[in-house]
Amino acid sequence: MLKLNVRSVARSILLLFIVLAILSGPCLAVTKPKKITISLEWEPPQLDSTKTADAASYKVLGHIMEGLTRFDKHSNVIPGIATHWITSKDSMTFYLRKNALWSNGEPVTAHDFVFAWRKVVDPKNASSYSFSMYPIKNAEAINTKKIKDLTQLGVKALDDYTLNVSFETPCAYFASLTAFSSFLPVKESFYKSKGEKYAADANDLLFNGPFKLTKWNHGAALRFERNEKYYNQSQTNLDIIDVPYIISEKLPTFNLFRDKKIDIAPELDKDTYRLAQQQGLQLIPFSEGAGVYILFNHDKSKLTSNLNLRKAIAEVIDAEEYVNKIVALPGNKAMHGLVPSCMPGAKLRFRQEFRLHKTKPDLQKAKLYLHKALQELNLSKPPELSLLIDDFRTLDAEYFQYVLRKNLGINVKIDKQIFKQRLAKANAGDFDMVYWLWGPDYLDPMTFIESLLSSWNPNNVGKFYNDEIDKEIKKAQATVNAAVRMPAMANSEKMALGQAALVPLYERAKLYVKKDELENVIMTPVGFNPNFTQAFLRE
Amino acid sequence: MIFKYILKKLLVGLFTIFMLITLTFTAMHIVPGDPISDAKAMSKEIRANLEEKYGLNKPITTQYIIFLKRLLHGDFGISFTQKNRSVNDIIAGHFPVSALLGLLALGIATFGGILFGSISAIYKNKWLDTTITLLVLLGVSIPSFILAALGQLGMIEINEYFNLSIFVVGGFDGIHSLIVPALFLGLSTMSSLSSIMRSSMIEVANSDYIKTAKVKRLSSTRIFFKHQLRNSILPIITFLGPGVVAITTGSFAVESIFAIPGLGLYFVQSIQQLDYTVIMGLTAFYGSYLVLITILVDIIYGIVDPRIRLGEKS
Repeated sequence: MLKLNVRSVARSILLLFIVLAILSGPCLAVTKPKKITISLEWEPPQLDSTKTADAASYKVLGHIMEGLTRFDKHSNVIPGIATHWITSKDSMTFYLRKNALWSNGEPVTAHDFVFAWRKVVDPKNASSYSFSMYPIKNAEAINTKKIKDLTQLGVKALDDYTLNVSFETPCAYFASLTAFSSFLPVKESFYKSKGEKYAADANDLLFNGPFKLTKWNHGAALRFERNEKYYNQSQTNLDIIDVPYIISEKLPTFNLFRDKKIDIAPELDKDTYRLAQQQGLQLIPFSEGAGVYILFNHDKSKLTSNLNLRKAIAEVIDAEEYVNKIVALPGNKAMHGLVPSCMPGAKLRFRQEFRLHKTKPDLQKAKLYLHKALQELNLSKPPELSLLIDDFRTLDAEYFQYVLRKNLGINVKIDKQIFKQRLAKANAGDFDMVYWLWGPDYLDPMTFIESLLSSWNPNNVGKFYNDEIDKEIKKAQATVNAAVRMPAMANSEKMALGQAALVPLYERAKLYVKKDELENVIMTPVGFNPNFTQAFLRE
Repeated sequence: MIFKYILKKLLVGLFTIFMLITLTFTAMHIVPGDPISDAKAMSKEIRANLEEKYGLNKPITTQYIIFLKRLLHGDFGISFTQKNRSVNDIIAGHFPVSALLGLLALGIATFGGILFGSISAIYKNKWLDTTITLLVLLGVSIPSFILAALGQLGMIEINEYFNLSIFVVGGFDGIHSLIVPALFLGLSTMSSLSSIMRSSMIEVANSDYIKTAKVKRLSSTRIFFKHQLRNSILPIITFLGPGVVAITTGSFAVESIFAIPGLGLYFVQSIQQLDYTVIMGLTAFYGSYLVLITILVDIIYGIVDPRIRLGEKS
């Protein structure tokens, strides 16, 4: 018969409990990784920062790399890899921190910036964003093949941690420019070791930012994890950013948010806005800093080259009504000038230092302009004009058609085109009026003034050429002194509005919804959005 | 004889694909715009750099010949919008997902079509038949993407109501996340098949050999499965060809709504972005596989219905 030894059984049970306690101890001590789940709109086209700077790639690059500077949540330029910098009229010197490392342990040095920037201007590299480097000495000459030697580019590593930049023309906003993705550093030895495959997959990249890319299933999913080699661990609060979805449609994205599959739906349109309102969700607008305008075609062969005709049209368009009735999404603001309200001035915002008056359409004045225009153009009745516009903006097109027909008797032929065709027609000057959006490349009013008004910028698709305005722009570009630049740019804007060069409509805002516990998501007009590098989950 | 039949079909198919490729290439280049233009305009020199890099500054006929030469090597080139992926990689990476979705949708559509069509025919003019006919009408009239969007919304409502994740609302996480999208994708095809099955069954039920079988007192189950079904299925097989086409093109919208990383999405985006290499690669790919499916259906039809096969002989 089996004698049950009670003592030995008790001993075994006690031993079992002790073992279990020991095993579960570490499990209890380990904290859950702080993780958020998001979606991306597009598969990032290009993670080679020396080739392009599109928004989708920038969203990814911004989290895994860091440049000389960054933006804080108030759009101020703050130190990144550079701790401080000294500016003068023809040059700038950046002092790099000595503890910044790449994900393979090698230090981030000034040479990494020199190599990357030379690549950007190299014509063989064919970067579509090489123009962003043009303020640097010889950048344009190298990019247009006038100079063959890349080392002639005005950027030098004075030592491992000091970068010196010489300018072609004074560039007051250069510090904010260096936060942009085309200015990111690249380790030359790594780049060359990868050859054609550089940035093709997650393990074909080196990271010097708060996160590293640990998974990249093309077109399907990505995953970011904390980069332990990043110099500022305490600033990074998240351990994992998981991206299991790539969807561009707004409604399915919002549906995934509702189903709690993603923690943020970064852009709502009218339909999803209505749904979000019904759900009682907190809607957060942020001013994107992009301006929306109607550009006129100033080519002599077009009727819109007539000043009085343009003045008549500009007079009857009521930006306030358009924003309130047609755009009808919170955060969007009517605009009466070229430069949106987030752009900095000398001490305050540009728009605060140079205020514009809101005026209501004056129908009598408009009719007088029209009458003069018809006389000058030898027309017996109001002409038919074309409006080139994106295919998804039917409502906007019909609104302008209605306004012009009702008030001036002008028939507007709506020319709806999908993206590429709209670009091609605009660049070819195949329009009378075009609905145009311009987002800032850097944090300075010059990005709007030069791109929309200067005779040499290819983005001035309306071909508005004005010698006086060109002179003012050049005056602003010849100095870093804000006391000279800002008034010169304000003057250019005033003259352009006086000439009815274009019709400002509104400055765009984006609406988003997020999980309540997710805090400190940074959204800035310039820079990548949403920016989770300092986001955290409230306990 | 079958061999000659297949060979002839293949040759015609090859010619069709060639015409398809040539016409698409031409149309693609006639349309204003190009793959490299973007919202920020480029200076002449930057544009020239890019055009040189991608060979876009050569005359169209030269570009066409280069394209054909590469095609013979099975090289479709590198995507303009995804600069690190070759078109072959894109197809290899995403077609399996689309194919799985499509097969599931086809399976659901065929099974459902046969099932509902048979029920509809057996209970002809009773309320079951009327209900199914009405649903068929809806399924055929409402486009698959609207059904999909509404369906997704409905599933979320259900998930929220029970506070559980009963339905997978999007993404691709294995085959189970494809079941609901496949259902919506196949819904309109299922409706068409159901309708075809019903009329076919009714027609067959009135035929002489079925009446003979009934007179011979064969069990109705035996009549149904051995005689009625096999003969009624023939029109279904004919419709499978266009059915596959419908499901393939419908997948573009469904993949987009359910965030499924399939090939259809790429196809639509490549046209919007005027990504020359991807457009040509996917057109050639889709064209080939659809032509192949059509040939396959013809062959299957020939096998199932000896009359067709023997008919070709004479």
